[in-house]
Amino acid sequence: MMAPSGALQTPPVPAGPPAGDFLRVERLTKRFGEVNAVDDVSIAIAKGEIFALLGSSGCGKSTLLRMLAGFETPTSGGIQLEGREISGLRPYERPINMMFQSYALFPHLTVWENIAFGLKRHGQAKERVAQQVERMLGLVQLKPYSQRKPHQLSGGQQQRVALARSLALEPRLLLLDEPLGALDRKLRAQTQFELHSIIKSVGVTCVLVTHDQEEAMTMADRIAVMSAGRFLQVGAPREIYETPATRFVADFIGTVNLFDGTLVEDEPGHCVIQTPAGRFYVSHGITGVLGQKLSVAVRPEKIEISLQAPERTDANCFRGDVVEGAYFGASSLYRVALADGTKLQVSVPNSERHGAVIKVGAAVYAYCSPESLVVLTS
Amino acid sequence: MSLTESLAESIAGSAYTAAPRRWLDRLLHRNWGRTAVIALPYVFLVLFFSLPFLVVLQISVSEAEGVKFKSLWDYADGTLSLHLKLANYAFLATDRLYVNTYISSLRFAAACTVICLAIGYPFAYFMTKARPTLRPILVMLVSLPFWTSYLLRIYAWKGILDDRGVVNNLLLALHLIDEPIKMMYTPFSMTIGMVYTYLPFMILPLYGTLVKADPRLLEAAGDLGTTPWKAFWLITVPLSKAGIIAGSMLVFIPCVGEYVIPELLGGPQTLMIARVLWEEYFSNNDWPMASSVAVSMVALILLPLVLFNRYQTDVRGEGADAAAPAGGPR
Amino acid sequence: MIGRLGRFWLGAGYVFLYVPILSLIVFSFNDSKMASLWTGFSLRWYEAIFNDDEIISAVWVSLKVAFASASAAVVLGTLAAFAVVRYRRFSGRTAFLAHINAPLVVPEVITGLSLLMFFVAVENLLGGVSLRGLLTIWIGHTSICTAYATVVIQARLSEVDRSVEEAAMDLGCRPFQVFYLIILPSITQALGSAWLLTFTISLDDVVTTSFLNAPGSTTLPVLIFSRARLGLDPTVNAVATITVVLVGAVVTLASFALVRQERRRAEAAAAAYREAVAAAAV
Repeated sequence: MMAPSGALQTPPVPAGPPAGDFLRVERLTKRFGEVNAVDDVSIAIAKGEIFALLGSSGCGKSTLLRMLAGFETPTSGGIQLEGREISGLRPYERPINMMFQSYALFPHLTVWENIAFGLKRHGQAKERVAQQVERMLGLVQLKPYSQRKPHQLSGGQQQRVALARSLALEPRLLLLDEPLGALDRKLRAQTQFELHSIIKSVGVTCVLVTHDQEEAMTMADRIAVMSAGRFLQVGAPREIYETPATRFVADFIGTVNLFDGTLVEDEPGHCVIQTPAGRFYVSHGITGVLGQKLSVAVRPEKIEISLQAPERTDANCFRGDVVEGAYFGASSLYRVALADGTKLQVSVPNSERHGAVIKVGAAVYAYCSPESLVVLTS
Repeated sequence: MSLTESLAESIAGSAYTAAPRRWLDRLLHRNWGRTAVIALPYVFLVLFFSLPFLVVLQISVSEAEGVKFKSLWDYADGTLSLHLKLANYAFLATDRLYVNTYISSLRFAAACTVICLAIGYPFAYFMTKARPTLRPILVMLVSLPFWTSYLLRIYAWKGILDDRGVVNNLLLALHLIDEPIKMMYTPFSMTIGMVYTYLPFMILPLYGTLVKADPRLLEAAGDLGTTPWKAFWLITVPLSKAGIIAGSMLVFIPCVGEYVIPELLGGPQTLMIARVLWEEYFSNNDWPMASSVAVSMVALILLPLVLFNRYQTDVRGEGADAAAPAGGPR
Repeated sequence: MIGRLGRFWLGAGYVFLYVPILSLIVFSFNDSKMASLWTGFSLRWYEAIFNDDEIISAVWVSLKVAFASASAAVVLGTLAAFAVVRYRRFSGRTAFLAHINAPLVVPEVITGLSLLMFFVAVENLLGGVSLRGLLTIWIGHTSICTAYATVVIQARLSEVDRSVEEAAMDLGCRPFQVFYLIILPSITQALGSAWLLTFTISLDDVVTTSFLNAPGSTTLPVLIFSRARLGLDPTVNAVATITVVLVGAVVTLASFALVRQERRRAEAAAAAYREAVAAAAV
């Protein structure tokens, strides 16, 4: 597994569930003209794991997925499934199935025939085909719709047909291309859990591609954040969120407050970083050089604001004025302008129905604990 | 890692050497099908379209010798001599009648195009204004004449415009005229025939473009203070440019080379180049001359065609596909 | 919504388009030999057609040639459309495209003359064997019709969702299976309309056929053309009426069938949506 570069933090970052050798990608590269869409990527995925490739469009995640499926041939590098090299095999020769973003259901076939399609191509006996199709229909709860054609189904139903079709062959590896991209918001939340539970109940190893962080965090066991064809960080959702490896990852996932500063103290138990906004006291030391330039990241929900000053005001504490306040029901988001001009984003849960409201224009103290800070060198 | 190290690693790690025979199979298998798909229509068209034209080209510069033609080249005394009779082309380029005929063809085609546009544009526009349920019927009614033989429909005009045709008979019966008006075999009758035949070819592309226009643009214009008349000229017309050009090309280019309409409805004043070709072949039996006319007709049409093609590729970006990378990053 | 000017314009336009056709039909029932002076209702011209051997054999020839041309054109057109839409890079693609599109713009007098000269040259090469007849007419029609078929099929083919083909391959289809299991079913309508279009074009063709004509292979349009050049002939009116009625019926039925299919499709999709909304509300 690729270690996140640039993270000089101790204690060592937990690596998530143990990586296995079920699917192994080795130094995979895909070149289009002058550009490496996928640039020297390696990863090992365990059996039964749900692995997400997360990134914005153009980062290479779809190209990587298509190479796994067989629709693109790698420029260099290899792909091994259960120890067998598959990068030279055509899509119809691989024990891998893909669920397409547009579902790609066969419009002239019924739901039943769509699901049976792959089984028939592999020469399965009629009874076996019927048995398996019925099983799949039950799995996605579409039994009453088996004789309908795709255009007679809603978006959510079409997606379930696509899933059933790709699971019918009991593939060794399931690929999902933006599985929730085509669904509307409400349906998305519900489908996320359904999809996750179906995949886990079947136990198939799964690689999914998405640009939606929420999708990745909800569905995956491990996430790889991708940019410009490379993996920036690989880890469990919690790890990616709470311990980002680079500024890019910190900024990409969720919202974050980033401060650039210099290292002024560095001990085994703590370190201090001086930034234009203020002093940060971090609860662990880093093996760095005094005077080194680095960044501190702190998530909005880890910051508290109040009209009264906290106990310690020498570090991790900032005075500022509230310039914006947005009410989201479950929480409120405030923007606090600090002395040096930085705008701090603070998220406060509305845990009391009639709690104290912080008005725009109020002068407040914003503070956070030493444990809530993340130090980034790149 | 040095180049050779990484290369060795990639070869060892890849499947490329693992199954060489399968690769060869795939290479052969894939290209075969593709070649056949491209080759079959290509060969047919080269054989029965381009090759015949080359024959025409050859004949246009040949000397007729009874039913055959003298060879274009011969080799004697160590010299290879080429006999290209360019007299026909010289004649075409200088003879007043031919030059006038070319110009006349272009003028009639242009007139027809302009008239079709003048009639067809409002027609297509009003079609888009109809109720959505009515529109398919309107479209069908415009395209129905196209499916019936155009020869028969041109013949119908003969019956209408003839000296003893419907119009004249009606006017005579109503005592509006004493003698039949000569409408047949004139530029007038031919133009009516051409406009009649090609009007659907102007209306349908225009309709196709206009119906896709976003009505909200006009609403925005109105909101900003533009009168409907001005909005029509400033917004609707420019945005339908593609349809106008497509329709005009679909009318102009075939009109230049029209034969049947000039023959049935035209007369001595309607000089059209296609009739000249026909006469050279069928009446004068002058194959080289007919061929020369054919070649020069192609040259005549080539310019507007190339321009139209250039415009199409700009609009659709198809020209880029020759240089585009295979697929590109998704 | 159309307004008064619009109604007038559309009305006048449709009158312009249909009056000639109507006059053809009306005067086919005219008793007089003078095709434009009404003397009384009569079916004599229709009787004349059925006794006119020339016309009957010409119809037969036209139908045969049109059927063969349309079928050949659709096959070649499908291949050509495939090459245009799917194979984005191959050497000679520009020339290929030019060949595909040329028959659409080159005047028929030129294609007719070229083919004739070509066949004569081939005949001379083969020692004076006469090739001209049904075969050469069929070849001429096919090379023109292929261009039209390609345009129609290409338009549909470029709309076909590529991911559906990839899904088929992913599930175990080899490339040729993908073609006849997935692509072909989704372009059947385009194939059908391409066939009808090329059938009509072949049936109506006058100029090219005139060049390639030979005794015994006269098509209906060529026959009508020669008669029309001589003057007004009521039998032509009768033939025209039969053609117009037949074609009109077919086109109208086809249009309604198409519209009904589209409406059913839209209703099905709407019904599915309503169901889903109702299910979610539960």
